[in-house]
Amino acid sequence: MTTSVRELLAAHEFLRGLGDEVLETVVGCAHNVAFEPGELLCVEGASADTFYLLRRGRVSLEVHAPGRGPVVIETVEPGSVVGWSWLVPPYRWTIDARAIDRVGAVAIDGACLREKAERDPAFGYALLTRVSTHLLARLQATRVRALDLYGAGHGH
Amino acid sequence: MVTSEHSVASKDVPSPGAGPLTPLTHRVVRRVQETSDVATLFLEPLVGDRLVFRPGQFNMLSAFGVGEVAISVSSAPGEGGPLRHTVRDVGAVSHALVRCEVGDVIGVRGPFGTDWQVTSDVEGGTSDTRDVVVVAGGIGLAPLRGALYEFVAAARGGGRVFILVGGRNPDQIIFHDDLAAWERDGATVMLSVDQSTPQWRGRVGLVTTMLGDAGFDPRNSRALLCGPEIMMRFTARALVDMGVDPAAILVSLERNMQCGIGWCGHCQLGPLIICRDGPVVPYGGVVERLLAERER
Ligand code: FES
Repeated sequence: MTTSVRELLAAHEFLRGLGDEVLETVVGCAHNVAFEPGELLCVEGASADTFYLLRRGRVSLEVHAPGRGPVVIETVEPGSVVGWSWLVPPYRWTIDARAIDRVGAVAIDGACLREKAERDPAFGYALLTRVSTHLLARLQATRVRALDLYGAGHGH
Repeated sequence: MVTSEHSVASKDVPSPGAGPLTPLTHRVVRRVQETSDVATLFLEPLVGDRLVFRPGQFNMLSAFGVGEVAISVSSAPGEGGPLRHTVRDVGAVSHALVRCEVGDVIGVRGPFGTDWQVTSDVEGGTSDTRDVVVVAGGIGLAPLRGALYEFVAAARGGGRVFILVGGRNPDQIIFHDDLAAWERDGATVMLSVDQSTPQWRGRVGLVTTMLGDAGFDPRNSRALLCGPEIMMRFTARALVDMGVDPAAILVSLERNMQCGIGWCGHCQLGPLIICRDGPVVPYGGVVERLLAERER
């Protein structure tokens, strides 16, 4: 039995607790996708028109550094989200996202979602509050990592 | 445990039972280089019996002629064998200890301080059925090793142990063999690094990002945290936000130790004398406030 996109969305951490109305609105912009290991979900500099709710498999966020090849900045696990650049102009990816394992995700059309958010401010507010929560958590984690916690001085 | 060090003079070999301020001589019988700047020393007493300790306690180790430093015990009472201490090279004394070779003699004073409170599980079987969540940062896994050994052994009869380890990079993660063995024995083991390498296939990100994926029941868990203080602060807050009781979270604090027995006051943190009231303390209440306090 195949699981519907609606069921997949309802089960995903990102939309948990947002209610049926929000869910129905998002379903119209969503479809199921899969990626093989090594495949790119996002390419730095390319147009950012989609984001992904990861269901299974791990994704690495990478920056290509001259002489070093791809440097993994962070990995994203099932239950989390890949891609925020669809939110604000110029809607362009700022990083590569690569499937490490076989990845299953729900792809969401960012333009479709933005249009619905503009038409329905209550939906837009609920969506942006949820997005902000995730972004804040990621920002906080990045700040703490910038402290280089495990550097010299920590002895035990 | 502690990174600060102070000097002691090279002295006569003391006899066992000479008092808490007198180091007992131990010989290095084995040495394992864990990472580029971390080594584990396996120690046997020159005279008398092996020290009796509880996981989480520390000893004052002395490199004769250089100084003394507080280092947590990294062996488990239940595994027998030599006393283990895992030392990171962060100062003159720890540098001298890390460079010790098999056959060298060092001083050991202790054990001192509080422990991870694992005895009820080991001796009382399934007396505590809560999930055990252990979060270690960097060399913070060393003071937890003895507790993990006991917890994983106790969990064979039921119970769940979750081991979350964070490090700066893959080369900094210690005790790979132990982690693999604990995983084989049923523990959930998760690793995450801040900086990846081309060979690394695991997680990259802050250690706290693993909490939500680990699968423990926050309302029925106890947690043991050891690592840099900021890491413990953020981890403890994240656990409390998930629903873990602050009183069920233990942290191991690192302070400047000198006497180790509550006499000198060097290890004071607010109302706590860490060598006596710690190093392992409950996070809830006074410690939560102290960890959040800005130093003046
Ligand atoms: S080290 Fe002296 S009182 Fe704690």
